Amino acid sequence: MRVVTICGMGFGTSLMLLMSIQEIGRKHGIDITGEAVDLGSYKGKPCDLIAATSEIARQVVSDKPVVFIENLLNKKEIEEKILPFLTK
Amino acid sequence: MLKKILTEDLVALDVTGLTTPEDVIRYSGQLLVKAGKVQPSYVEKMLDAFHSLGPYIVMGPGIAMPHAHAEGDVSCPGISFVRLKEPVVFGHPENDPVVLVFALAGKAHDDHIDILQSLSELLGDEEKQKALTLVADYQELCKLF
Repeated sequence: MRVVTICGMGFGTSLMLLMSIQEIGRKHGIDITGEAVDLGSYKGKPCDLIAATSEIARQVVSDKPVVFIENLLNKKEIEEKILPFLTK
Repeated sequence: MLKKILTEDLVALDVTGLTTPEDVIRYSGQLLVKAGKVQPSYVEKMLDAFHSLGPYIVMGPGIAMPHAHAEGDVSCPGISFVRLKEPVVFGHPENDPVVLVFALAGKAHDDHIDILQSLSELLGDEEKQKALTLVADYQELCKLF
């Protein structure tokens, strides 16, 4: 599946989040491709799921599911929120 | 990775007298400037990014990661670590106030991935995260990497 993560600049918190999500994917045997982008460039990016920290996620408008993460450093929170959406 | 890149000159423990997010970003950025990692203009960009994009750089409870887009003002990828003696409010609804600050500088879009990966491993470990608030000096800090 393909995940787009978003932050203000597209290479800080979003990249960190993408790495965490990919790690969760590996743990569950699911291959996750994806891209970390900034708020100005997520629109039109093909993906199955969008994830971002809450501050950023509330600004996202998309027909794809958007996952809100409060604590980027809490792998358990990320896993709990991402897991229901993981598909091969 | 962090042991190699987060050298003693890039670490400041129990810094006092900083009261605003701007003070904190400037201080953490100055460490990168003094170590020759970035030009002073990069620090101004971190401040601009905070003003335009808001407090989302407070990525977990008490932990902020100021950063900006490099435009020729980053000499080599780097990171600094500042521990504040007095916590500073950044305006984040969940994760305020900030105590630990990691200012990040990447040169190209993804040459700082290794740094982020190491930082994520360090901060993702609850024990180590707690230890970061307790270590007495740089030598103790290094044991966490």
